[in-house]
Parts: sequence; C-alpha cells; structure tokens
Amino acid sequence: MSELDTASVTEEQRSQRSGLGTLLVKHRAGLIGGLILLVFVILAVGAPLFAPFSTTTASGGVFAPPSARHWLGTNDGGIDMLSLLIQGGRISMLVGFAAALVAAIPGALVGILSGYFGGAVDTVLMRITDFFLVIPVIPVMIVIAAVWGPSLLHLIIAIGVLLWTSTARVLRAQVKTLRQRTFVRRAVNLGASRTRVMTRHILPHVAPLLIAQTVVTMALAIFYETALAFLGLGDPTAVSWGTIIEDAFLRTAISTGAWWAIVPPGLCVALVVISAYLVGQSIEEGLNPRLRVANIAPRSWRVRPLVGRGTEAL
Amino acid sequence: MNTRTLDYVIKRIGFSFLTVFVVLTFNFVLFRALPGSAVTDLSRVPNATPALRHALAQQFGLAQPKWQQYFIYLKQLAHGNLGVSYINGLPVWHNLRADLFNTIPMVGLGTTLAIIFGIWSGVTAAWRWHRPADYLLTNSSIAFYSFPTQWLGLMLVLLFGRFLPTTGMNNAFAVGGSTLSRLGDTLQHMVLPAIAVALTLYGQYTLVVRSAVLEVLGEDYVLTARAKGLPARTILRRYVLRNALLPIVTLIALSIGYVVGGALLVETVFTWPGIGLAVYQSVLSRDYPMLQGAFLILTLSVVMLNLVADLISLKLDPRVAE
Repeated sequence: MSELDTASVTEEQRSQRSGLGTLLVKHRAGLIGGLILLVFVILAVGAPLFAPFSTTTASGGVFAPPSARHWLGTNDGGIDMLSLLIQGGRISMLVGFAAALVAAIPGALVGILSGYFGGAVDTVLMRITDFFLVIPVIPVMIVIAAVWGPSLLHLIIAIGVLLWTSTARVLRAQVKTLRQRTFVRRAVNLGASRTRVMTRHILPHVAPLLIAQTVVTMALAIFYETALAFLGLGDPTAVSWGTIIEDAFLRTAISTGAWWAIVPPGLCVALVVISAYLVGQSIEEGLNPRLRVANIAPRSWRVRPLVGRGTEAL
Repeated sequence: MNTRTLDYVIKRIGFSFLTVFVVLTFNFVLFRALPGSAVTDLSRVPNATPALRHALAQQFGLAQPKWQQYFIYLKQLAHGNLGVSYINGLPVWHNLRADLFNTIPMVGLGTTLAIIFGIWSGVTAAWRWHRPADYLLTNSSIAFYSFPTQWLGLMLVLLFGRFLPTTGMNNAFAVGGSTLSRLGDTLQHMVLPAIAVALTLYGQYTLVVRSAVLEVLGEDYVLTARAKGLPARTILRRYVLRNALLPIVTLIALSIGYVVGGALLVETVFTWPGIGLAVYQSVLSRDYPMLQGAFLILTLSVVMLNLVADLISLKLDPRVAE
C-alpha cells in the first residue's frame, strides 16, 4: 500500500522530501551503514591520535598474539596491528575517496550529456561506456600502475578512470526522464541556454543520485586498492589495508598461524564496502521507490493487490 | 534469422572488433608511445654508453618514428608475435600458452561451482522471500561479495591449509608415478583455488539470480501455474527459471571481467601457474613483454566471451535484437 501512497504525492512534494538526511533516517539499514562509515572516517582523519603505538617501530614481540597491551597482536616486525590498521584505514579511505571523486567527473559528464542530448551524442557516449564495461578492470589497472610506477597518485588515477561507467548509466537514465519534466521544458522554452539548464536544473536533481553512486564507487575503489596493493603495486611508503594483507602474505603470517595479522584488514574492507552499499542503496531507493518493486522486493504473489499490477499505479 | 536479428549480430561483432582494436592501440600507447615508458626505460641501465643505448634502440625497433612502430606492432601481432620475455628469453606466446592451459580448468571449475551454487541459493532465497532462509542466504552473499578476493583465498589457506595443498599445481617431490596419480595430485591442488574463485563469484551470482527470479515470480503465469496446483519444483524449473535465464546470462557475461581479475588474485595467493601468476611475476620482475602479452590475452578473451554471451542471449530470447 505504501507504494500507492507515494504515487499520490505530487512531484513538487516528492522533490521537497528528498533531502539526504531524511532519506537516511527513513532507511534504517542506510543509517547503520552511514554510522559505520562515519566511525571509519573519524578514525581515518584522527589516525595519529587514535593509534596507540608507532607504526614504524616495534612495540612488542614478533607475531605476538592479541593481549591486553596489543589488542590485535603484533606483526612480523613486532609492530602493533591495531595501530597499523588505523593508519592503514587512513590511506585506504583516502585512495577510495579520491578515486571516487576522479570517477565522479566523467561519470556525471557522460551521464548528463548523454541523457540530455540523446541521439548521436548518446550513441557515441554509450558505446564508449560499453567499451569500459567490457574490458576487465583489474588487468587494466595493473598495467597502468605497473608502467607508471607505484605511487598513491597513480593508484588513485588508475582506479578512478575505470570506475565511472555505472555512475554514467544511472545518471543517464535519470536525466532522460528529467528532460521530459515540466520545469525543464519550461526553462528551455523561456530561453535558458543548454549549459544553464544542465547545471542549474538537471544537476541539482541528479546530485543525490551522484552522491549515492560516488559512495558505492568509493567502496569499490577501496576494494581495488587492496587488490593492487596485494600485487605489489601500492605505494611502498604508505601503509594501507591492502599492503597489510600483502605483508602478511609475503612474510609468512599464515604458516606461523598469526591470523591476527591478516583477518582484521579484510574485515575492515568488507565492513566499509557493505556500509557504503547500504548507504548508496538507501539513497537510491528513497529517490526512486519503484526500485523497491523492480529490484529488491518482488511484486509478491502472496499478498497480491487485486487492482491491476502494482507497478502500473506508479 | 530475420534482418533485424542479423543486424544485431553484425553490430555486436563490429563492436567487439572495435573494442579489440582500441585495446591493441591502448596497449601500444601505454607501453611504447608515452615518454619515459617501459621500453624506453630499458636503456636506463647504470652507466649505459650512448653506443649501448643505440644498440638497444636498434634491437627493439625504437629508432623508427612512432607511427611506423605502431604498424610494425600490429603486423607482428597479426603473425602471433607477442615479443620475447626479458626473463627467460623465450617467445611470450610460448610461455603464456602453457599458463593459459593451467588457468582454464581451475577458473572453469570455480566458475561452474559458483554458477551452480549461485543459482541454487538465488532460487531458494527468492522462493523463501523475506523468511529466515532468504535473510541468511542474501546476507551471506553480500558478505562474500564484499570480502577482498585475495583475503578470501588466504582465509581458505588459514583454515584448510592443513588438509589440502595450497601452493602450485603438483607436488614437486612426487617424482615418477603414473599419469593417473599425477592427475589426482593436480586435482587435489586445484580444490582450494577453485573454491576461492567460486566464493568470490558466489555472492554476486546469488544476488543476481535472486532478483531475476523474484521478478518472474510476480508474473501472472506463475500465479496461474500455482492455481493449477502444480508442484513447486515444476513451477520453478519450467516457468520461473526459464524466464529468469536471460538476465542471469547477461549479468554473468558482464561479470567475466570480474572473473579474470579475481582469478588473477587467486592464482597469486595459491601460486597456481596460470596467466594471473604470470601477470604478477612480470609485474614484480618488470618483464614488460610478458605483461603486455598476458594483458592482451586476458582482455581479448573477455571481449570474445562477452560476444558469445550476447549471442547466447539472442538465442534465448530473439527479442533482445529489438
């Protein structure tokens, strides 16, 4: 029934209610995800304050198991794992955030231009997007990072330039429908230039969607950062969750049975990725209640409404 | 095959060829044309004399103008010449052919496992929608989807390393023995890496199948089938799965690139001597011809598999062409 209620809300009312804060509060999963992300961001920003020990000098025995002094034990160099994890989160989150920003630019540009102009522009841009969808991401990132040499900046660019496709596709679909809306047509008929319509009318309406996509891209970027760091393509001078896993792998943490040197970074990555997905999905669902019907939940045949099909009412 | 279908097939093939061409060009630009790139670094030997630099440039064909190098590169590729490995001096294709034959069975087994279990749990989750089984399967899929691939592999080593071999493809100390026992040994070595590949894909496949099946479960003909009193198994198999197959095939096709990336990490963890390990080792030893060759083979196989998946979708549902 809630779908039908939403349908009766007018367009203006709906756009008024689509503030980010309201959306997150209405979706509990998104709220939890947001809180977890917030904790990680705070830990990352204040890493030097929170890390109990130095990440460069030994503060315990080699592969010392978790204890009251070292909550997560120490690694092969006697360095406190908890401090490494907090410092590593700083770099991982930085790479993720920066790469997501790099990806947001072509994503928004291609999505808006493609959706707004349609026709030949759309065809060309979508073929380019298809191309990026087909090529395997990790090998391309590897060759870029390998040829340029390992550094954080190279990593950020190599990841960012490959992760804009889904943003472009989602935005394009949204812009296509926006283009038909009254306020856009009104602006066009009043003689607003294309640039003005796109930046002043279209962009603000797709902004929440862009943010949702960027949050998800950030998670993906962190995921890929660990992969590249694991293959020895991370910045050798910076500790990240990826390099912690790499070090544990290369320095026999497994044959020593030092699970504490390898389990926590993976869990952190997974936690950030899941939270980001929850936040991204809540924003998208809140913006477009139809997604609930089409994607997440079925038009259940158990409690099927008698009047027509649920989706048509929308 | 009507004209519209033919049109579609030609378009897809054309797009694939264009993609291949762009990939080849990207490969050339990245490795040879950019200033200070890999091959030009070759002459950066300590104390290199101008004569040595000149000789190296001559030997690797770097003296000609770039556009000429580009055509020579394309011509050599057309002859199947991927260059010579810096490390062992053998032709790259010769090295990679053996790796490819090691990768295919392991990744094939892993992907097949992921598809079987993904379909099973996706259908189960959809059938038990919003009940404990659904929550359990969906949430565990999201978790598996979020764990870094290499980390999942390392967890398998940590948990099962005592019972199963975790490195390489054969027991190096088992000299002799019959072909059958060698095959059994290889299979044993294949178990953990294949499971690691399967686990990384399992989550994604379950979620895809679940939402595709949920979509179909809402259709009127499913309601009719239930009203007729058909057993659940028949409804799922004859009515639901058949119609859910199309989005499943499309999404599995899109995940092929992901499979390749995942396999690369898994091979590195388990030192499985495939293309992925070749990529890792050539990155470590800066063996650029090998890296280029492996990159080309990986990318081209993904493009080709995508084309095959497109054609399968067309076969499943001719309306795709419209």
